[in-house]
Amino acid sequence: MAHGAAQGARADGTFYVEGPVRLFVLASVFWGIIGFTVGDVIAWQLAFPALNLDLPWTTFGRLRPLHTSAVIFAFGGNVLFATSLYVVQRTCRARLYGGDGLGYIVFWGYQIFIVIAALGYVTGATQGKEYAEPEWYADLFLTVVWVLYMAAFIGTILKRREPHIYVANWFFLAFMVTIALLHLGNNMAVPVALMGGDSWTKSYGLLSGVQDAMTQWWYGHNAVGFFLTAGFLAIMYYFVPKQANRPVYSYRLSIVHFWALIFLYIWAGPHHLHYTALPDWAQTLGMVFSVMLWMPSWGGMINGLMTLSGAWDKLRTDPVLRFLVVSVGFYGMSTFEGPMMSLKAVNSLSHYTDWTVGHVHSGALGWVAFISFGALYFMVPALWKRKSLYSLKLVSLHFWIATLGIVLYITAMWVSGIMQGLMWRAYDDLGFLQYSFIESVEAMHPYYIIRATGGVLFIIGALIMAYNFYRTIKGDVAEGAQDSVPATGAAVGAQG
Amino acid sequence: MSLIKHHKLLETNVFLLVLGIFVTVAVGGLVEIVPLFSIKSTIENVQGVRPYTPLELAGRDIYVREGCYNCHSQMVRPFRDEIERYGHYSLAAESKFDHPFQWGSKRTGPDLARVGGKYSNEWHVRHLIDPRSVVPESIMPGYPHLAARPLDYATIDAHMKTLDLVGRGETYTPIDGAIENAVADLEAQATPDADTEALVARYSDFAYGPDRAEDQVTTMALGDLDGNPDVITEMDAMVAYLQVLGTMVDFTDVDETRKADWIR
Repeated sequence: MAHGAAQGARADGTFYVEGPVRLFVLASVFWGIIGFTVGDVIAWQLAFPALNLDLPWTTFGRLRPLHTSAVIFAFGGNVLFATSLYVVQRTCRARLYGGDGLGYIVFWGYQIFIVIAALGYVTGATQGKEYAEPEWYADLFLTVVWVLYMAAFIGTILKRREPHIYVANWFFLAFMVTIALLHLGNNMAVPVALMGGDSWTKSYGLLSGVQDAMTQWWYGHNAVGFFLTAGFLAIMYYFVPKQANRPVYSYRLSIVHFWALIFLYIWAGPHHLHYTALPDWAQTLGMVFSVMLWMPSWGGMINGLMTLSGAWDKLRTDPVLRFLVVSVGFYGMSTFEGPMMSLKAVNSLSHYTDWTVGHVHSGALGWVAFISFGALYFMVPALWKRKSLYSLKLVSLHFWIATLGIVLYITAMWVSGIMQGLMWRAYDDLGFLQYSFIESVEAMHPYYIIRATGGVLFIIGALIMAYNFYRTIKGDVAEGAQDSVPATGAAVGAQG
Repeated sequence: MSLIKHHKLLETNVFLLVLGIFVTVAVGGLVEIVPLFSIKSTIENVQGVRPYTPLELAGRDIYVREGCYNCHSQMVRPFRDEIERYGHYSLAAESKFDHPFQWGSKRTGPDLARVGGKYSNEWHVRHLIDPRSVVPESIMPGYPHLAARPLDYATIDAHMKTLDLVGRGETYTPIDGAIENAVADLEAQATPDADTEALVARYSDFAYGPDRAEDQVTTMALGDLDGNPDVITEMDAMVAYLQVLGTMVDFTDVDETRKADWIR
């Protein structure tokens, strides 16, 4: 594969639909930088509240959904579209169903959805449910785009010239089927305009109170489980073996952990509602299944890491592989931390604090973003038919700057989160609460600065990546870049 | 292992694979969500919880619009420190009219489930316009535009009708005249010295039943709430909402045993 071990006549690169995939790659980089930047802006707002500007559309409350949606759905979503459409064609040895046309429709449809949703956030059109903020019109529009996307993907599998459906595609299918189910289940709403209201954006959801809470976290947790986990595991199952040039460690393990993972994940939602007014039985179910979820999660991690058996030395020389492998390491870490935080005793301390934010970001930055960077670094030379990336030194620089940023971020949040939890429950010798709430807010200040600084480093890394891609696409090769490391993406068309 | 061998069936047929995935992921959600609608003890049977008045509802819409839930929870957990800091732990019944629920997941600021009645209207107005003028260490954004913007309530009745629809006719339908008098009720609640008798009676009847005793009157912030009597602003609505939060239930009658074992 080092020298483009493509098989047969398809190696000319024109066989597969690539135009829309290229656009999805560029959109990933674009939205990634926007999403990281908005995240860092609101991180600084927490340290210096004057940055809210006291304007309606720049307050933390409106920008935070913009950040979460931009990184999850715009950055992560475009990465998933790019990789899934790239992978499904190659592992099925079939051109994308619907061809370039359907591919472009899905691309522009999804970008329009992102813009519609984002405009809603800054102008205050929101459903007020985390990660499901887009109002009814955006939800309906997304449903159409999603159906077209699934048609393109499943249609390609139907046309395949391989007898088996490759494991990465099981994960992609689980991601798109479950997201469709969650999206429809959690967004049932009636617009007030139907009853004569003069606001055409506002709607009220079908559910209220405790049922709404349970449904929301069934959705919210599985947006993590299926958007940010199953989809990105699919990326792992294609790009780690490709970049390491080794077969997947265990076929049997992939079957067992796939079904166990998707079965167990769905149950874990109630751990977001520990000690709330949700009935105890549901909380207990959520906790037990969250703990069980640890095992299939680590099954995936082991399958990814062990794929490097006999190729560990490549980590020294190949920074793209380093991104991919370290992301799997972060995946293992956050899928241990998650079950631990779902224990009610731990959760009583961690819930409502920055610890949760840190946990999410070790998964989001360490796992999701890193494996995305690895896959993007792989795909750009392949899609633009370049022999190699412009500069592997810049990839390495990106890796270390971003890693440092993540470490600053999550350690700051561990300290601030645990400190918050302890301050809230602290009593003095006389039996009174030791701290007022605002004292806990004050105590967070230095950690908010450290966290936001980590975010700056992460953004700098992404900008370095964007520059590297720009030069790669332009056709430049940095001096000496080709000597040390095998070109990564030049192999076009080999099967998974 | 034979099971692994049979997996070939799924790996070679995308329809079976998709069906298998669908069935596998459907189970957990069904088991955890469906019983919440049928098990009666899910929502406690307590007195006092009522739908929001038109002004409070308009305030709640603003609360959702501004994304307050990103930093403030509305869910007091049954721990000694939370009960002492915020008040009685939250009941499921207290959010049964909340579309969407706003329990939140983060306390960058304090919990607001029981903020009603804790501060004066004036405090809320000053705090919302410039938080650091009353709490110097606060990191909350200022919302001066709430005080400057007239409230748009011409079709508040449509909001109530929609809520009644999604509430399966158990929200405003049982309150005599709530929807018909929506605009009048809203204006009455926010106007100093207005005749609020009908408004209070309507919502009290729902909260305590039509045979309520004379002293069974629902809490409600009345009058000029934002310090500007000339115009009903978004600030009026916001303050009305904040002041009713967590004040509806009369806890003298509540069965405390359910979660008492959690309190430590």
